[in-house]
Amino acid sequence: MKIILENLTKKFISRDHKNSVVIAVNDFNIEIPDGKLVGLLGPSGCGKSTTLNLICGLEEPTEGKIYFGDIDVTNLPPENRGVGMVFQNYALYPHLTVRQNIVFPLENLKGPDKMSKEAMEEKAMEVARLVQIETLMDRKPSEMSGGQQQRVAIARALVKTPGVLLLDEPLSNLDARLRLQTREQIRRIQKETGITTIFVTHDQEEAMSISDLIIVMKDGIIQQVGKPQEVYNAPVNLFVARFLGTPAINVFKGQIKDHKVYIGEDAIMDTKASDQEVYVGIRPEGFVPSEKGVFTCRFDRIETTGRDTSVVCHNENCISDEDIRAIVDDDLYTHKDKVIRFNLKVHKTYVFSMDEKVIDE
Amino acid sequence: MNNKNNLKGWLYLLPAMVFVGVFMVYPLLDVLVYSFEESYNFASQTYNGIGLYNYSYVLHDPYFLQAIKNTFILVIITVPLSTGFALLISLALNSLTKLKDLFQTVFFLPYVTNTLAVGLVFMILFKKTAYSEGLINLLLNSFGLSSVDFIEGPYWAKMFVLCFYTIWVVLPFKILILTSALASVNKDYYNVARIDGTSKLRIFTKITLPMISPSLFYLIITGFIGAFKAYSDVVALFGTDLNAAGMNTIVGYVYDMLYGNSGGYPSFASAAALILFAIVLTITVINLLVSKENVHYQ
Repeated sequence: MKIILENLTKKFISRDHKNSVVIAVNDFNIEIPDGKLVGLLGPSGCGKSTTLNLICGLEEPTEGKIYFGDIDVTNLPPENRGVGMVFQNYALYPHLTVRQNIVFPLENLKGPDKMSKEAMEEKAMEVARLVQIETLMDRKPSEMSGGQQQRVAIARALVKTPGVLLLDEPLSNLDARLRLQTREQIRRIQKETGITTIFVTHDQEEAMSISDLIIVMKDGIIQQVGKPQEVYNAPVNLFVARFLGTPAINVFKGQIKDHKVYIGEDAIMDTKASDQEVYVGIRPEGFVPSEKGVFTCRFDRIETTGRDTSVVCHNENCISDEDIRAIVDDDLYTHKDKVIRFNLKVHKTYVFSMDEKVIDE
Repeated sequence: MNNKNNLKGWLYLLPAMVFVGVFMVYPLLDVLVYSFEESYNFASQTYNGIGLYNYSYVLHDPYFLQAIKNTFILVIITVPLSTGFALLISLALNSLTKLKDLFQTVFFLPYVTNTLAVGLVFMILFKKTAYSEGLINLLLNSFGLSSVDFIEGPYWAKMFVLCFYTIWVVLPFKILILTSALASVNKDYYNVARIDGTSKLRIFTKITLPMISPSLFYLIITGFIGAFKAYSDVVALFGTDLNAAGMNTIVGYVYDMLYGNSGGYPSFASAAALILFAIVLTITVINLLVSKENVHYQ
């Protein structure tokens, strides 16, 4: 089912100051296509969980509309929207077994939808097999690992075959290895069921790795929507550029003079834009060490972290971090001088105006 | 080395053990001994023989049987009712948004008030004297009902006042425990239930009750024990001559056997105390067995 958010806005009255209003979600307009896995990405407190709560109906929007397919669900209570939700802490009922947890939503059905015990059992086993917990049906949640609990929560959300599946920070309570496994599981389950799925995360790597589409948010405002790699390669503003990618993008103060982009004294590339002060963002993989390179830095050290070899160096115009990190292809790369020069890959280098919007040259 | 450590360990435990031994274990054993010593004389500290006569006497004493009856009625009426009321009030409090703190304070006030003072107030509310009818009777009259003497009148009226009073006194503590138990249930459980379209009744029976079952169970067990040991409340309402009022409780009977007008019989008192102990122990064990099935610790 496709989801359309139209001018969706949610304001909260702040508790600490009288009459001050916090806009958690600010004028969202977006169409989420049917059957996609969508990552809602942003730093803590940017309104992504509120957006999720608005979609599932736990919160009422201050303004705007929500459509599932062609149906306006804005004023429908959560139980009539046909959504499944997985909470960050899973919220499995601790006193019930896995089987009882999964069957619970089915037992709520009334009237013509009412199911027989056998039908419920069969449906529960079906989703249990989908998330691969069919051997754990008689355990209590406390007798399971975090990853297993997570899958039970997904099974419970799926058992009524919802039109929309919502996941709130689904991986944040898992350790690193389990996180990798579980995100593949989520991807697989989503592909097998074809249910439109929205998940919230503050971890850009998580969002980039499994989403068909990512929505980057900041302070309740959508910054950019697109396929993960497109957003990574063509950020519309400095925030998106800095938020995506590890190691993070290196940001420098620079200026444009006579159609050339300067960082300090170095003219690093040509541009069509007019003269102005700018920010220059260079991805770590955008640096190519070269004797006659255009960009000069003070060399510090070489760091090898498993797969990546990076050159750590310094430049007084860098404002993102003290260290500039440049990933080099050659894992046996050595360097002796105090100064290191780079050529820059043009498609990994972005120029932003002082109001942090990207400048297309 | 090990021995030395053992010795040290015992040494550290000694102060506590001395106190527990002198003030808890010895008196308990002494009560047990008294209860088997027949015709014990308090003044000369002598007795005629060892046997079960004291138990037989107590169990045939009409005052004791009345006390047992009173206590059981009190327990059976007040424990379920007070726990039920406390649960209802806590649920209502928990769903309040405005004035929640105010109501919580109001409901907790009886807990910090002195039993005897409250008893006095109840007496004034319910008592019928030659000069006045008492507030409750005035209310009854206004509904066209005739006056009842709740303090010195028929048995059911006195029992009603006692139960009413007991419930009122134990309610605040139960409300306190239950409101905090309700507040500590994670809101996400309710959110999940809402999304799944769970009815209010089902949320209450399948989620809320199991979640607060440890607190509820604690209240039921302590409620039973407390009600079986009722005494001061009864004195506050009906004075010290409880046998005459027909409102004695088991603890009251024990006290009367020791210090009352007909007192001076530590052996009878001990036997009665041990019978109470046996009753409370049995009920508590039954409670524990039932709870194994129904209480969910996380």
